[in-house]
Amino acid sequence: MSKALPVLTVIGLMLCLWYAGSVLMNAQWERDQAARAGTTISFAEIVPKTMMQDRPVLPAPHQVAAEVWKGVVGQAVTSKRSLVYHGFVTLQATLLGFALGIVLGVGLAMAIVQSRAMDMSVMPWAIISQAVPIVALAPMIVVLSNAAGIEARIIPKGIISAYLSFFPVLVGMVKGLRSPEAAQLDLLQTYGASGGQAFWKLRLPASMPYFFASLKVAIAAALVGAIVGELPTGAIEGLGARMLIGSQFGEPMIMWAGLIASAVLAGALILIVGVVQRLADRRMGVRE
Amino acid sequence: MIWVIGALVFWAVAWAVNVRLVGRVKSRAGRLAVPALFGVTVLVVWEGLVRGLEVSPVILPPPSMIGAKIAGSLPILLEDAVQTVLKGALTGFIFGALAALMVAVVIDRSSFLTRGLLPVGNFVAALPIVGIAPILVMWFGFDWQSKAATVVVMVFFPVLVNTVAGLSASDRMQRDLMATWGGSYWQTLFKLRLPSAMPFIFNGLKIASTLALIGAIVAEFFGSPTRGMGFRISTEVGRLGLDMVWAEIAVAALAGSAFYGLVTWVERRVTFWHPSQR
Repeated sequence: MSKALPVLTVIGLMLCLWYAGSVLMNAQWERDQAARAGTTISFAEIVPKTMMQDRPVLPAPHQVAAEVWKGVVGQAVTSKRSLVYHGFVTLQATLLGFALGIVLGVGLAMAIVQSRAMDMSVMPWAIISQAVPIVALAPMIVVLSNAAGIEARIIPKGIISAYLSFFPVLVGMVKGLRSPEAAQLDLLQTYGASGGQAFWKLRLPASMPYFFASLKVAIAAALVGAIVGELPTGAIEGLGARMLIGSQFGEPMIMWAGLIASAVLAGALILIVGVVQRLADRRMGVRE
Repeated sequence: MIWVIGALVFWAVAWAVNVRLVGRVKSRAGRLAVPALFGVTVLVVWEGLVRGLEVSPVILPPPSMIGAKIAGSLPILLEDAVQTVLKGALTGFIFGALAALMVAVVIDRSSFLTRGLLPVGNFVAALPIVGIAPILVMWFGFDWQSKAATVVVMVFFPVLVNTVAGLSASDRMQRDLMATWGGSYWQTLFKLRLPSAMPFIFNGLKIASTLALIGAIVAEFFGSPTRGMGFRISTEVGRLGLDMVWAEIAVAALAGSAFYGLVTWVERRVTFWHPSQR
């Protein structure tokens, strides 16, 4: 609990900066309005007005909060204006990508630990794959999956987010599967255990803490992938699409609401994975 | 059909060679040869399958066609790379990293703020910050300034969090030693704490280097002048010029790897004393 006060202070400071920024950045518009009307306007009059503009350069925090609230509670959940609806579309793609990423990451890690040839040939390319900006590949993935006759928009998005989320799982699992000490492996050998038994009874359990630690990074990456996947694909549903629409129609409030909603979604997902990780750690007997 | 069979045979042979190489070669060249051969195999199989199965180049062009396109349109590719990589990503990376370093040093003076900032910063670093791109494009216009601004925001938090964590990496004993020598705050910072924070800072910079290119390209989807990699990709996809798209992807991959490699190279020079570098 010793963290609560400092954290709240930092958040408070950030909010203060945000308010100050929105006053400064929106003031010009109010001054222009006043000049056009032929009146002068004092700073004390400007301040409250900057927080109530319809299309502010930088909306004040409470405006964004109101817009998010309107998007979440003010609409039916199935409405095209509902942030819950768009958030759900993005969440589906995120979870699909997350699941694909886990399967791919764990599978590759198992192959890499078993075979030195795989290790030396695949591992460098896995690292390079993360240096390739995924956004450059995203439109291609959409074209390819369309050509392959896949209609559902969720598939390309899922692939893109799997591309981003497999890497942390791969790195964590390789480290985890190699974490048993030589003495432990030798002991199993003296028991006459086969390679498969050593894998199931020693390597896999030993890798679990690493696995769950990497999931936290992977879920955040998966969400980024799903949102990025919506941008160049002409999607009309999902939080990324929402931000794109806001940008095209010059509606800053829509963009901000989409941004905050995706931040909240990310936070919730990370928290859930964190709880799962803690439960798993406790079951595996990890001491903190 | 001959193409498909040829590709598969090449694959089998290359894999067999790799398996033998792994067991024998210990030299540096051998260690590079294995992944290189794997990469070549992927290209050969790709070429063979596309030709053998007669996949339309509108869906997936063969590597040879992409190579020809790269050779044929070097000026355009260079112009796009300058716009996106140098002006957008690199400028933003430098400004964002410097800003994060300075803020970290300032915040580090107060242990209260440090304790508050670490969880918040870690959380923000995990958020999908790319979403801020459309807002920044609205603020700073279509040219590279808005791309650089997006990169600044994306790079800031990973570097900040790692630097703050790194600044507390030096031992109490070492800091006490500096104090007994009468070292001032700044002397301790520059001679002890910043050097010992370097492994952490470079960890942040490496994460940031991959984020930087993503940020610069994403921001171009929200509006850009008629050059830049993100612009070229989205327009060429629209008119089905997929060989050009793949050419841009190849350049992006090259730029991304070079960027990461550069950061790693500098890291090795700066943190030569760290156990992981020896």
